[in-house]
Amino acid sequence: MSEVNKVEITCAVNGEERVLHAYPMARLLDALREELRLTGTKEGCGEGECGACSVLINGEIVNSCLVPVAQVAGAEIKTIEGIANDQKLHAVQEAFIQHGGAQCGICTPGMVIAAINLLEKTEKPTEAEIRDGLAGNLCRCTGYMKIFEAVVRACQEEDVKV
Amino acid sequence: MRAYLPDYELRVPKDLEEALAFLANEPGMWKPFAGGTDLMVLLEAGKLEHTKFFSVWNLAELRGIEVTDESVTLGALTTYTEVRRNSILQEEFPMLCVAARETGGIAIQNRGTIGGNIVNASPAADSPPALLAYDAELELLSSKGARKIPYKDFHTGYKQMKLRDDELLTGIRLPRTTKSLRHYYRKVGTRKAQAISKVCFAGVAKIEDESVADVRIALGSVAPIVLRCEKTEAVLRGKSVDERTISAARAALINEIAPIDDIRSTAKYRLRVAANLLEDFLKTVRDGELN
Repeated sequence: MSEVNKVEITCAVNGEERVLHAYPMARLLDALREELRLTGTKEGCGEGECGACSVLINGEIVNSCLVPVAQVAGAEIKTIEGIANDQKLHAVQEAFIQHGGAQCGICTPGMVIAAINLLEKTEKPTEAEIRDGLAGNLCRCTGYMKIFEAVVRACQEEDVKV
Repeated sequence: MRAYLPDYELRVPKDLEEALAFLANEPGMWKPFAGGTDLMVLLEAGKLEHTKFFSVWNLAELRGIEVTDESVTLGALTTYTEVRRNSILQEEFPMLCVAARETGGIAIQNRGTIGGNIVNASPAADSPPALLAYDAELELLSSKGARKIPYKDFHTGYKQMKLRDDELLTGIRLPRTTKSLRHYYRKVGTRKAQAISKVCFAGVAKIEDESVADVRIALGSVAPIVLRCEKTEAVLRGKSVDERTISAARAALINEIAPIDDIRSTAKYRLRVAANLLEDFLKTVRDGELN
């Protein structure tokens, strides 16, 4: 079987133009972690069930383990590294700290991305909307209540824009 | 074992014409790749057998929801998120919106497409039962021309469908004839989010003078294909929804479906749940509670 060559894919990652050199079917998750050293995005299940690899593409949350790099040419990607503004944490990140929303930390970047995506799309989400917004993210430590409380708290902050 | 990436091609055509040329020039060689929510899972598991794909994700021609007086047509790339957010679908095709909400989580709903759900041809897919109950029609296109086919005739066997090697699914047309119907959709899975169905039931009915004037029923995960249950419908048409009718319909449904034992459930459980859902559907539409 003839082998496919790597391709050059230009996209914006956390506001900076980046060029990825990868096989077209390579996972965005691997390109972020291994080419760009953006290791904040985690791999959990690798099959779109757990949400640990969540990133925003053009403002919409996706599982980066299910996105081939050939499909992100020209896209604007935001990872957990692009959430804090210099030293100032995002309100969602502050709320996770205050409410003990993180334990082992593997699900946390994806949870924070999911919470931010929810707040961007839904002004003053109801509790049911928060549960729906986080339903694609699994956590094996917290039992979810502290994460849920953190997001409820973050919803009460004024400054929730990315 | 993970896939060997250099084996896999994923080209990105700039428009629909270029995409159709892949199919026309080397029929059977190339397959479309949409949101990747199923194909990437197979790739990671080392089970993606086909190796040459072209991406349809950026084809604007396959996006958008078009509304006329007679119908609503979903571009094949309409995502679950777009379905959930559309007010006409919420009002006239609510089962499709419930199906979209109950498929995966938000991240999957942003990438998974209705066209992909159809062509991927999983018998456990959640939007096809709703599409079957709404009498959807599929729009297929090749470089030779376009054709339409009723969705209920599309799937012919497990992962088999009436789609030629040179054809692309471009749209899903829903006739706007649902206003007098009562809608009932229920997915039974292990948990609410992310789970794949054990049984999925979609039904619409028109009740006049306490009897069934019209009914359409479709189920997922109970046969090699998502199944429109026309024999069960025939038992119900014209009848009043009483215990005798319910019992006859349950018997008809159990004969019409052919569930199997697999990792998610057993045939026995699925038969019982499917019949119970049918009974719940009939009582719900009879008593006038809407989904």
